[in-house]
Amino acid sequence: MEGQKPRILIGKPGLDGHDRGAKIIARALRDSGMEVIYTGLRQTPEMIVNAALQEDVDAIGLSILSGAHMTLLPRILSLLTENDMEDVPVFAGGIIPEEDAQTLLELGIVAIFGPGSSLKEITSSVWKIVERE
Amino acid sequence: MNDLFDKVRAGKFRAIARLISQIENSPAAALAAVSALHRYTGHAHIIGITGPPGSGKSTLVNELAKQWAAKGVRLAIIAVDPSSPFTGGAILGDRVRMQELAQYDNVFIRSMASRGNLGGLARTTSTAVTVFDAARFELILVETVGAGQAEVEIADAAHTTVVVETPGMGDEVQTIKAGILEIADILVVNKADRPGAARAMKELEMMLHMGKSSRLGGNGQSDSAGEESRAGVEAWHIPVLQTIANEGQGIAELIARIDDHYDYLKASDEWLEREKKRSRKEIEAMLRDRFMARFQLNVPQELREQYVEAIVKRTIDPYTAVDRLVDGFGG
Repeated sequence: MEGQKPRILIGKPGLDGHDRGAKIIARALRDSGMEVIYTGLRQTPEMIVNAALQEDVDAIGLSILSGAHMTLLPRILSLLTENDMEDVPVFAGGIIPEEDAQTLLELGIVAIFGPGSSLKEITSSVWKIVERE
Repeated sequence: MNDLFDKVRAGKFRAIARLISQIENSPAAALAAVSALHRYTGHAHIIGITGPPGSGKSTLVNELAKQWAAKGVRLAIIAVDPSSPFTGGAILGDRVRMQELAQYDNVFIRSMASRGNLGGLARTTSTAVTVFDAARFELILVETVGAGQAEVEIADAAHTTVVVETPGMGDEVQTIKAGILEIADILVVNKADRPGAARAMKELEMMLHMGKSSRLGGNGQSDSAGEESRAGVEAWHIPVLQTIANEGQGIAELIARIDDHYDYLKASDEWLEREKKRSRKEIEAMLRDRFMARFQLNVPQELREQYVEAIVKRTIDPYTAVDRLVDGFGG
């Protein structure tokens, strides 16, 4: 059990209060052997980046169901760059329309998981994401 | 690597975070870090906070930290959570209860998974403490779930150990078995607005009193009333405090007692005794790991498995098997 273990931050930026999805993902990642820093609801972009820095995470996973993804995600990406952390991959899930997803992927979000994604898919994608580093 | 150590000593958060990750992932990195940084440590006050799950430790830590942070104290919090023994993964969720600390740039919070270590702490927690100490943090709070014997480990690593209980949780027998009275410097009954709080406090006080008359006291100090420790300072009497952490009640008093304990340690020679105890325990743990690693390296898995099969077949007993393995290894 010693040695490398991926550390993933899972959190919910913004004001959306539905955390069931985020918790399910957190547990699935834990069950696959990862250490999940779960930061919970109502995180500002600054709080997320601050936590990611202190915890030196290998990836950040954000759940957004409020529709505010086009404001929050680019803001988080730019804060990461400001903090010299642009090499930390960010993935997102929740309610993100296809068009926006395309834009976000171009901006640097590494993966977007729509509501239909299975836990198996998400877990194996996240493993691929951290193994790429 | 030297560059990283310099940045750590200069207090740079990113460097600190990076170094702790390296330490967690590699014994070689841990060795290098400790070799480089140990001489710069010895200044921080290390406070262990433990108690059963659900006692409100994280909330309590948050409230304590808020007050210290607002005064400008540079403080680090290490929150340890258990790894799953089956999957090796962990949910590290203590930050959720410490949201209000995010605004302070004099507060560093690091979550650690126990990674198979049964004592409540991660094997690398004491190395992380070294890093924070060398980075000039004044207070280092180590928070961990204590259950039974696991609480002892945090007491070995801290200068001041705070044990948190809640009303109606353990019964008298539980508390004695768990040995919390042996390791606590300060006892806290949290969620003191719940029924049974007064009774819980009375029980703890009674047990402390019983303990006094039947033993000399843990942690190398005498706690008979009125006796003095070697340096002529009056012995420490373990206070039993009440808090309602999620309302911020009782926090100022707890901080005052923690400060009192620090003053006591420094004024008597207890600080030195605790430092020696910390070092002794740390070396013991490392020696155990080192010998085990060397053993595993030198004694092939197949041979060990042969003994396992023989034990199950009852052609050899476990003690004799270990004798043979150790003799063969040159132990």
